[in-house]
Amino acid sequence: MADATISGGLPQGRGAKTASPGGPMLAADGTPLRASLARSLRRQKMRALLLIAPLLLFILVTFVMPIGDMLFRSVENHIVADTLPRTVAALRDDPSEVPGEPVFRAMAEDLQVAVEEKTHTQLGTRLNYESSGMSSLLRGTGRDVKGMGEDVAKAVTGLDDAWEEPGTWVALLADPAWVQTQAEWAAADDKSPEPAFAASAAATERLPRTVEAYQAFAHVTQADDGDSVTEEEPWNLAYVALADDLRADPGAAEAFEGDNRARLDALSAAVADGTVPAVSYRDMFVESDDAWGEPGTWSVLRTFSSRFTPGYYLNAVDLKLGPNGIEMREPKDRIYLQLFVRTLVMSLVITGTCILLGYPIAFLLANLPERTANLLMILVLLPFWTSLLVRTSAWKVLLQQQGVINDILVWLGIVGDGNRLALINNQTGTIIAMTHILLPFMILPLYSVMKGIPKSYVRAAKSLGANDWTAFWRVYFPQSVPGIGAGSILCFILAIGYYITPELVGGTKGVFISNRIAYHISDSLNWGLAAALGTILLAVVMLLYWAYDRLVGIDNVKLGG
Amino acid sequence: MVQAQRDSAFVQFERVQKSYDGQTLVVKDLNLTVPKGEFLTMLGPSGSGKTTTLMMLAGFETATHGQIRLNGRNINDVPPHKRGIGMVFQNYALFPHMSVAENLAFPLDVRSLGKAEKEQKVKRALDMVQMGQFANRRPGQLSGGQQQRIALARALVFEPELVLMDEPLGALDKQLREHMQFEIKHIADSLGITVVYVTHDQTEALTMSDRVAVFNDGVIQQLAPPDELYEAPMNSFVARFIGENNTMTGVVTALDGSRCVVRLDSGDEIDAKPVNVAKVGERTKVSIRPERVETNKARLRPGAHTLTARVEEFIYMGDMFRTRLSVAGNSNFIMKTRNAPDQVRLEPGAEIEIGWLPEDCRALDAA
Repeated sequence: MADATISGGLPQGRGAKTASPGGPMLAADGTPLRASLARSLRRQKMRALLLIAPLLLFILVTFVMPIGDMLFRSVENHIVADTLPRTVAALRDDPSEVPGEPVFRAMAEDLQVAVEEKTHTQLGTRLNYESSGMSSLLRGTGRDVKGMGEDVAKAVTGLDDAWEEPGTWVALLADPAWVQTQAEWAAADDKSPEPAFAASAAATERLPRTVEAYQAFAHVTQADDGDSVTEEEPWNLAYVALADDLRADPGAAEAFEGDNRARLDALSAAVADGTVPAVSYRDMFVESDDAWGEPGTWSVLRTFSSRFTPGYYLNAVDLKLGPNGIEMREPKDRIYLQLFVRTLVMSLVITGTCILLGYPIAFLLANLPERTANLLMILVLLPFWTSLLVRTSAWKVLLQQQGVINDILVWLGIVGDGNRLALINNQTGTIIAMTHILLPFMILPLYSVMKGIPKSYVRAAKSLGANDWTAFWRVYFPQSVPGIGAGSILCFILAIGYYITPELVGGTKGVFISNRIAYHISDSLNWGLAAALGTILLAVVMLLYWAYDRLVGIDNVKLGG
Repeated sequence: MVQAQRDSAFVQFERVQKSYDGQTLVVKDLNLTVPKGEFLTMLGPSGSGKTTTLMMLAGFETATHGQIRLNGRNINDVPPHKRGIGMVFQNYALFPHMSVAENLAFPLDVRSLGKAEKEQKVKRALDMVQMGQFANRRPGQLSGGQQQRIALARALVFEPELVLMDEPLGALDKQLREHMQFEIKHIADSLGITVVYVTHDQTEALTMSDRVAVFNDGVIQQLAPPDELYEAPMNSFVARFIGENNTMTGVVTALDGSRCVVRLDSGDEIDAKPVNVAKVGERTKVSIRPERVETNKARLRPGAHTLTARVEEFIYMGDMFRTRLSVAGNSNFIMKTRNAPDQVRLEPGAEIEIGWLPEDCRALDAA
């Protein structure tokens, strides 16, 4: 077979050389050899690709996409901009610490919409990660926002009952074209939603605040509640906006005709003489909660109003984005840096103990006669066939203060009954149980590398005059280093992301960063922070991997001889 | 020089036995004396006990019984690293994580030699095998033949008096193997070291050795210089194992000191030299080398027995003609004749008369 290829290949190569001296190598038919080769390999490549396609797809869907989603979630911050769009826009034009009336009015509209859509609690939860108190603030004011402007609405409707009629508002503000479409829709009486409300040009020009407030109301009514604006009385906000518009533009009525004009004229007079009171949203918010008058609240909103935020990452390394830039968290709130360091240090310790315990076993395995080695191998693999939970629970039984190990130590008189060792629910427990669980991952690569080291090397060393230790240390050990490398990487990377065992035996002092991530995923529901912590963990592992490659060289990692 | 040192027993095996499982003996009652400066080859098929014997000498296996002496001292309980024996392994066993120079310096390092002395010895050893320019390479970057040289240099660099070689040329191609055979032989001779060499390649054994010990079944079948081994095998195993050989079985009908007559199973009678037959009527296996078969009656002694042979096949081999004959019921009887101007090329089917000098045909045991 090999002969055939060689004899088949050589003449062609020679021919090609003579055919084009100095130029690119040509195949027998005159095409460039490189292209010819690529063509002949293409089929093979396609077939290989087809073979891995199912796995590729699987990985893409179950691994790459979730990781991408995680990376995205760790910086994503759409909720503020999506829930409070008018406020965010208004804040952009108002740099003062506690913003002015337009921002508060925008806030009232946004909050009214959010309350109707029940999204203000989610926003509260999100902002509470950054500054505690935001959740209750938004919930509280969310309850009050419906009542804001109540006296204005009362005064307006007291002036003319017609303002209570939904039809009055539609007649005043709607675009004639929309009125016609709406009438056709009503006549058809099918299940489709009402055509989206459109305001007339005159209303948009002369009553801008009213149109804005009414449109927010119309959107919620039509899209979220599935009702018709012709049957619903607008929110108080619309009354306040109408009063504000007429106060700013007393002659607005001239743009309208008929009943509309008469009502607006009457209302405009009432606004001017104070029958309809002037109200301040700012006052109403501060009345609802003093926090609205404090710069801190607005600084949080301003800071997290952008669609992407470094907040989760800062949080994940015990920093926060304050009004004066990035600063350390309060000492009592700093937990993650310490947890990262603990995770790294404990993973290193576990890897170290795995090397210490695993190396002699692997050495024995590789050098014992086959039958004994097979028995030993079964013992090494036995833990693999036992459920992880069972093994960890067994450690709970063994390690607890009234457990088997302490009992034996007390019985032997090594420790007194009064001061039994605390072996569980602390770092010791995590290290012991994790070493046991990860040991096979150290032994197996070591074993397969050691199995590939011929016995003749040590024999040669001895015949050259080296004693047992020198032969081991200078000849055998260096050749087993790739196994240590492979085992260490496996153990360390597994350890750094381990969750179940630290959770069960680690107590509070022996938990890893993964336990905190799990907490944020399933209990606190702060997925952004969980994603940021996970991303940092991923980055740290990759950084260490890179450093390992630079220091030891990844070629020096072998999983087999 | 070699002759002068022959008398002293440098390596001595005395009643050495070895068993791995406690049931069978791999080496049975081995007695062997190697004088200083000798190149001794242990030759035999696999499983014959030759490698075990070598490993016992190196110290990697312990003798179950008996004594092994080196320079008069019992070394049974001396660990390998204190025996001071150089060894070349089958697959060279060059340390892959060290450069060539570091490999060579290793035995000097463990002996705590000074830096300058070390460098000088490494350089000399490398020059000896003409590998001076490869000092900084890794073994993995060298060809098989180059690795072989380095392994040899490493086994010699600490100047041992005894060097063991365990099929060192087994992994090389034929041409390189032949070249290295001479080179190893020359180096061994010029350094005056004692070499115990293990191989299953008879040509290698014959070319290199002062003496060859043919092993089979844990026993030395014959210990003799190469020429004697080839010309005068002591039993049918050695005759069969060394070189090409025609064998025929029969019964001794007459026995007279240095000559005997054997009646073959086909009924034909031939002349032979009794080697290990004792009396008339004993069954025997006669052995004759293909190149000692004679077709020219003039070269035979008067009255010598001849046999009628039919030519089955004629093969032209360049320097030789190889003719397959049917003789006395044996259709695989080989005759080799030199390609000389007067030599006739035999046609298949032709009938010829063949014979031989009685001393070339050896009547051996019937086994």
